[in-house]
Amino acid sequence: MFGYYLDLALRSLRRNKTLTALMVLAIALGIGASMTTLTVLHVLSGDPMPGRSATLFYPQLDPQDMDGYEPGKEPMQQVTWIDGMNLLHAKRGLHQALMTGGAVPVQPAQSGMDPFYADARYTSDDFFAMFQVPFLFGRGWSEADDNDKARVVVITRTLNDKLFAGKDSTGQTLRMGDSAFRVIGVLDSWRPNPHFYDMNMGNYVASEDVFLPLTTARELRFDHNGSMDCWGTGGGDEEHLETAPCVWLQFWVQLSSTGDAAAYKEYLLHYSQEQKAMGRFQRPPNVRLPALMEWLDINKVVPGDVRLQTWLAFGFLLVCLVNTVGLMLAKFLRRSGELGVRRALGASKREVFAQLLVESGVIGLAGGAGGLLLAFLGLWLVRKQPSDYAALAHLDMSMLLITFLLAVGSSLLAGLLPAWRACQITPALQLKSQ
Amino acid sequence: MLQIKPILAALKRHKAGTILIALQIALTLAIVCNALFIIQQRLDRIARPTGMIETDLLTLQNRWVGVDDEKTGPLIRADVQAIRQLPGVEDAISINSYPLRGGGWSTGVRTNPDAKKSETHTTQYFVDDHALATMGLKLVAGRNFRSDEIVEMDPKAVVASSQIMVTKTLADKLFPDGSGLGKVVYVDDGTKPSTIIGIVERLEVPWNSSWSDTFLDNAVLLPYQLTGGGTSYMVRSKPGQLAAITKSVPETLYKLNRMRVIPSERGVRTYDVVRAQAYKSDRGMAILMGVVCLVLLAITAAGIVGLTSFWVGQRRKQIGVRRALGATQRDILSYFMTENLLIGVAGVVVGALLAIGMNLWLVTQFEMARLSLVYVAVGVVALLLLGQGAVLAPAMRAARVPPVEATRSV
Repeated sequence: MFGYYLDLALRSLRRNKTLTALMVLAIALGIGASMTTLTVLHVLSGDPMPGRSATLFYPQLDPQDMDGYEPGKEPMQQVTWIDGMNLLHAKRGLHQALMTGGAVPVQPAQSGMDPFYADARYTSDDFFAMFQVPFLFGRGWSEADDNDKARVVVITRTLNDKLFAGKDSTGQTLRMGDSAFRVIGVLDSWRPNPHFYDMNMGNYVASEDVFLPLTTARELRFDHNGSMDCWGTGGGDEEHLETAPCVWLQFWVQLSSTGDAAAYKEYLLHYSQEQKAMGRFQRPPNVRLPALMEWLDINKVVPGDVRLQTWLAFGFLLVCLVNTVGLMLAKFLRRSGELGVRRALGASKREVFAQLLVESGVIGLAGGAGGLLLAFLGLWLVRKQPSDYAALAHLDMSMLLITFLLAVGSSLLAGLLPAWRACQITPALQLKSQ
Repeated sequence: MLQIKPILAALKRHKAGTILIALQIALTLAIVCNALFIIQQRLDRIARPTGMIETDLLTLQNRWVGVDDEKTGPLIRADVQAIRQLPGVEDAISINSYPLRGGGWSTGVRTNPDAKKSETHTTQYFVDDHALATMGLKLVAGRNFRSDEIVEMDPKAVVASSQIMVTKTLADKLFPDGSGLGKVVYVDDGTKPSTIIGIVERLEVPWNSSWSDTFLDNAVLLPYQLTGGGTSYMVRSKPGQLAAITKSVPETLYKLNRMRVIPSERGVRTYDVVRAQAYKSDRGMAILMGVVCLVLLAITAAGIVGLTSFWVGQRRKQIGVRRALGATQRDILSYFMTENLLIGVAGVVVGALLAIGMNLWLVTQFEMARLSLVYVAVGVVALLLLGQGAVLAPAMRAARVPPVEATRSV
């Protein structure tokens, strides 16, 4: 029966080619636009650490003085050196790391290569284990390296390709800012999206090229980048950052399970009370412990323009669907005579309904296929844009599936009302008017 | 208009179709109004003047490598001297940032040193006496810095300067009676007074994101040449020489010394490029919205054509009867036009409400202003005209139905 309905549907669609083309095109445009924007949104609001994000937390403390104090206000977005080091050394989590971004002048050994600045991350030993960073060669540094301010560096595959022609460079020397560093590890491709661990660098930037111990970077007075907030009489004076009343570091902690969050928060509270008793903190304890995905929400990482475009695209799809419903309704009702004959010859309402749904399904499939092509085109256009996230805009399997379900589902939905209306006709009346 | 009653009676028999067209018109109107509004907002942003003469202007980013941050002063001076002597160069400066570059200094400013809160925000540009000529700023009151007032300064130890120039917007904000020239203000939350010696007509802050919109034209110029790890150069070429100096300036700098990095990306940009890159996403959004509007209108028009054509086809016999009973072609034409107008009016009324509702929602979700009713009015007229235009062809086909049709069966 399905084959016969399909044949009927194709015949009917061929009868009025312009109208069929119009309906297919409208669905294709709507689907194409929706899928393009939805894919971008999906890529941008994805989980950068699948499987682990629920146990990664970003502790927030409120170390400021009473100036401008408002109860219940969001605590600072970063931590001071003192608090960061205290939390790091307390080791209350499974893993923890303290970090900031920076830029280091790299002086290649090759004579033909000009010195250049590389984006760097100054952090502590647990960074690699906590974020499951893949290594191509070697490994990360140890806690002892952190304590000794060792001149060791981990570089990315990209930089390794550039400087060492992709060979295993562990043990080699890399000169940065007039100091010699020993390469101890080379990372495999790693690009968490968003760049969640430090959003001062841009929400969707690629990971840094150079990783070295925070303590080493401080000793060598390497430039650090990102935001720094100071209060009271504090200035962001480079020489005294360790004691300055300024927040400029990010601290991440991994707990063994989500359930440990309450205990860790309790610990942060105790820590704040202790610091207040010592006179370092002045405000009443105000701690937060957002998990990774909550932290992304708080920071509104997904650009407003992208969300706006997604809403717009779905509005567009809605108009296209209303348009298709209207056209299909007119089309089906116009065939009242033909349908009346079928009904009179014994077809049940159900069968007529099924026949018409097959017809709208065919339009949906064609529109979906067209929409998919348009989505590929749209994403290709997005990738041509200069934004950080442009390169990420690719259709994955799940989005592909959603596209098709959306196309067929929405056009079946669009076919429902017209088909229902059309099978309500009384056969006798139709036959009489012939 | 006598025909309204029979039209309404006929529409009652096509309830679903009528409602669908009206709904489509309403949704289209709501989206198009808001999209047009967004386009206008973006275009307004793009059209904002920086206050500089943007033609014949080149910008460079320079970072020092292997030099102590404190010892870059003489190198920067040598760079600027060398650039100024190049053929084709009108003037050049070293500056910490410039409009649309993104990234710069912002600070509070107050007229009373004891006030707890600063009166307004401003950006700080550290320049020398060549800034006005290089950037093409217009001095509206007072005087420029003198070369003997320029001081070398470590960016980590910047203190307020005793002499500053400010933009007119900032001067008028601090001294609403327009008497800013010669007055004393306190910059950078300090207690050291700065005297306003000159007022420039306009100079934008380095940022173009919404957070700086409240102090977009507030700028202070300080007679400092900053040392430090990096600096920006701005170079004004002689008319028509921009392309030539875009090549010669970086070459000269590298020849002077190689302890520097001029990034391959964004290291050397003419100001046209700076502007285009700064507003790329705004322009992209405006174009996207425009395309969406056009496609939506086209689809709605096509939908109206399609549905009306069906109605005409369905009613050929009735049209024939009317014609046989004495209706002119004009009557038939105006019947369909009026029918469409009625549906259109219903659609735009709902659509106008939807447009306003949608805007109110957008205001809560995104950084958006309230929709001006002008856009709704324009959208209403546009959609009604679109409907009339779309219905014209099928209506004319209906008008050409001969009276003899009445005698045929189907």
